[in-house]
Amino acid sequence: MARSFAEFGNALYTGEKSIDFVGRRKTWYVISIVLIVLSIAGPLLRGGFTFGIEFTGGSQFQVHLSDGQDRDPAIAEAAVAEVLPSSAPRVTELGLTDVRVQTEALDDAENRAVTDALAEGYGVTADEVTYSYIGPAWGQDITKQAIIALVVFILFAALIMAIYFRTWKMSLAAMIALFHDLVITAGVYGISGFEITPAAMIGFLTILGYSLYDTVVVFDKIRENTAPGELNDRRTFSESVNLGVNQTLVRSINTSVVALLPVASILFIGAFVLGAGTLRDISLALFIGILVGAYSTIFIAAPAYAHLREGEDAIKRRDEKVLRLRAKQEHEQAEEQEQTESESMRG
Amino acid sequence: MASTPAVRRARRSLVFLLVIIVGLVGLITLGVFRSDATWTPKLALDLQGGTQILLAAEQTDGQAVSGEQLQQAVSIIRQRVDAAGVSEAEITTQGNQNISVSIPGKADEATLQRIEASAKLDFRPVLSMGFGLNVEDLQGEETTAEGTDATAEGADVAADGTDATAEGTDAPAEGTDAAAEGADAAGEGADAADQDLGPVDPDPLPESAGDLAWITPALQQQFDDFTCDSEAALDTRDQPADRPLITCDESGTAKYLLGPVELSGDVITDAAAQMGTTQTGATTGEWVVQITMNREGADTFGKISTRLYGAPEPQNQFAFVLDGRVLSAPTMQGQILDGRPSISGGFTQDSAKALADQLKFGALPIDFTVQSQEDISATLGTSQLGAGLLAGLIGLLLVVVYSMFQYRALGTLTIASLAIAGVLTYLLLTFFSWRQGYRLSLAGVAGIIVAVGFTADSFIVYFERIRDALRDGFSIESAVEHGWKRAFRTVLASDSVNLLAAVILFILAVGNVKGFAFTLGLTTLVDVIVVALFTHPMMTLLARTRFYREGHPASGLDPKRLGAVYRGRAQFREPVRTGKKHTRSQREAERRQTIAERKAAASAPSAESVGATTGKES
Repeated sequence: MARSFAEFGNALYTGEKSIDFVGRRKTWYVISIVLIVLSIAGPLLRGGFTFGIEFTGGSQFQVHLSDGQDRDPAIAEAAVAEVLPSSAPRVTELGLTDVRVQTEALDDAENRAVTDALAEGYGVTADEVTYSYIGPAWGQDITKQAIIALVVFILFAALIMAIYFRTWKMSLAAMIALFHDLVITAGVYGISGFEITPAAMIGFLTILGYSLYDTVVVFDKIRENTAPGELNDRRTFSESVNLGVNQTLVRSINTSVVALLPVASILFIGAFVLGAGTLRDISLALFIGILVGAYSTIFIAAPAYAHLREGEDAIKRRDEKVLRLRAKQEHEQAEEQEQTESESMRG
Repeated sequence: MASTPAVRRARRSLVFLLVIIVGLVGLITLGVFRSDATWTPKLALDLQGGTQILLAAEQTDGQAVSGEQLQQAVSIIRQRVDAAGVSEAEITTQGNQNISVSIPGKADEATLQRIEASAKLDFRPVLSMGFGLNVEDLQGEETTAEGTDATAEGADVAADGTDATAEGTDAPAEGTDAAAEGADAAGEGADAADQDLGPVDPDPLPESAGDLAWITPALQQQFDDFTCDSEAALDTRDQPADRPLITCDESGTAKYLLGPVELSGDVITDAAAQMGTTQTGATTGEWVVQITMNREGADTFGKISTRLYGAPEPQNQFAFVLDGRVLSAPTMQGQILDGRPSISGGFTQDSAKALADQLKFGALPIDFTVQSQEDISATLGTSQLGAGLLAGLIGLLLVVVYSMFQYRALGTLTIASLAIAGVLTYLLLTFFSWRQGYRLSLAGVAGIIVAVGFTADSFIVYFERIRDALRDGFSIESAVEHGWKRAFRTVLASDSVNLLAAVILFILAVGNVKGFAFTLGLTTLVDVIVVALFTHPMMTLLARTRFYREGHPASGLDPKRLGAVYRGRAQFREPVRTGKKHTRSQREAERRQTIAERKAAASAPSAESVGATTGKES
């Protein structure tokens, strides 16, 4: 397996084996557009995103129980009803040991009464009940900050990439891939009905970094292949780009796997064993983001870059020359083969 | 091992890395013995348990606060929290108008209320003053140097209690008189319960704020018993505006018995630290705080200054009270009718600036609204930290297994590099926790775990580049150098994108995003350090061992298995094996050959190529 993977790498490196990422870009574009449309329509059809209490405002209690203790949500509902008869609390089991109760915003007296009722109901001390109050402005505040961070980051990143690669087209292609990743990740969140919490937003913002990180590595190789000294008469521009993607494919697969492993391990251990809210929310966004980010670098960013450059006059002229030369060569070879019929390579 | 320049460089890098690690360990060790450093990073509230309150600061008229006002608001809150006797509370600004207060342990109601109240600057006349420290204590320690110092300090403060130079001159004294102003203030908080002060109130209440009739025997007794380190001294903020106030100055060395509020701080339109000037405009070479009041304030202040000027000590002093604490109580040294009093008396540039800021921003009453409040139990945090660390460990193990699988013996280099990165990250976190008050939060732990993937990524980029160079026919030693040059550039580029994300998140984002951004940024830097100072030098040295030089099948860098085209001095081999279906790619491969290779290929029997690329499984 390892050997065949290394050989696969060799074949991709030399161009012996080549997956036509760039040439079949229309297929990938269509796939991505469908995904993006689904990502936008899906959450809308479900009735919008589910926002965590941080965005809606309210009070939240979390009861921490030890293993094996009864976590019947009915106990929580009864406890809240006792104090606030008209309240409709949202009770969820978190992980293996916690119960979370969300209500509308409560005042200090109500909060203490509910804490005591919950502690009594579940037979734990009041210390095991944690309380949070979130004002309605808090969510708007962090959303605003996050959006500012997003915009500032995109501007800076676009600038840095344009300077580093010395072409704004690479920068633009990377940004297209980035938007693609953000929209689809948000879409998966919306469709799956996962709550959007501040921790999920952290994960979301981290995708920015990851998506571009991945793209930079691949583009670096593409830049090498399309540098003036490297471009030769045998490959069109798009073929050079495609070779770069193929040559970094093994790396892309390896790095994505390596990045996914720790994230997946937080996701599964965090979510299913302990219900660790912060960890789970960050890792879910990252998990989706890394997958989509790796996909978009190969299938969207690189083809889009080739697409953007192909129209340039100089490249057009060179590509035509390459194709002419190739046709001529093939013609000559065909003639040669006719001459040496018995040893035909084309079999 | 021949001592080539590459090897010497590699050794130098390794030594440099060692110096960094030993240096950090040394610094922290020194810190542990000499100061308050610890060997573990401090934990944030979500891991340690406690109360976290997020306050939005706003001016009472609903306007947003400026950056400077926000800083002032933070220091106001810090004083309140410290007054509550809470140790290790952390008060930071978040975003443009939020203040985050983190208090370890469960905060009581009184503390919470104290924190949430609005900040207000008031002016009260001084009725009486004394030393803030317990007189008996002082007497007890009189023989010791400390006692003497404290007394001297107290005396200094009293002397500092300052001479306001009268600059204002001819502005006509108009408007309501001071007594009426005092009565107004009395109206404001009339129903603030006075059962505590009940017996100490004179009957009938004096008309003027500066009236000594306020001092009843009971109040005098309270004042005498009062010390600045007592419980009562911590809670002077909520006293009604229409009653006398017993409080201390900020350093707690002087105590004051003040009359009711005579003028509220919002009459101050500006306060600035500047060089004092004489009547003729020449500078006195002394720092003063120049206050500017609005028209209404100027009128009232004119009346007050007229009354206080020439009054006996200490009733000629006028106290600026912020949040129940005396900022300054200068002596009135003249009638000030233009609303431009200046305070002088032993200021340095810094202390004058500090007082000016306090007056200027304290004058703008700031309201604090609770944005969120969270009680976090320590058990929950610990179990989450446990889960996080377990997840991290399993993730790390999977990465190790995967890289061993992909890169064979080179995988051990990955593991060693990750271990070094782990050590560096831990030391840096501990160091920042000590020097910068950094606290590790759950989001921060997530950042570290995620970083495992990013860090391993740079090794993969490097190893793949070495493999590429081997495929191109470089010898292993030059493949390492060649691969490094290209890989390092890529690592730098991609890491700077990552670092950019971390820095922007850290600066702009709110709440636990900050903790995450911090560890992400830190681990990105650690990544660059480790790759450059450990992974690459080690690789350079390893490439010289027989195991790698000869391309052992288990080395992960076996040129045969990598389909290398050129194998050392003039040994040519068939180009990579090609299947029948790949005539196009075969031509592609042929095009990549040099003329010499083509010649060699033409003369070599084609069967060999098949054997060569198949290689041997380890």
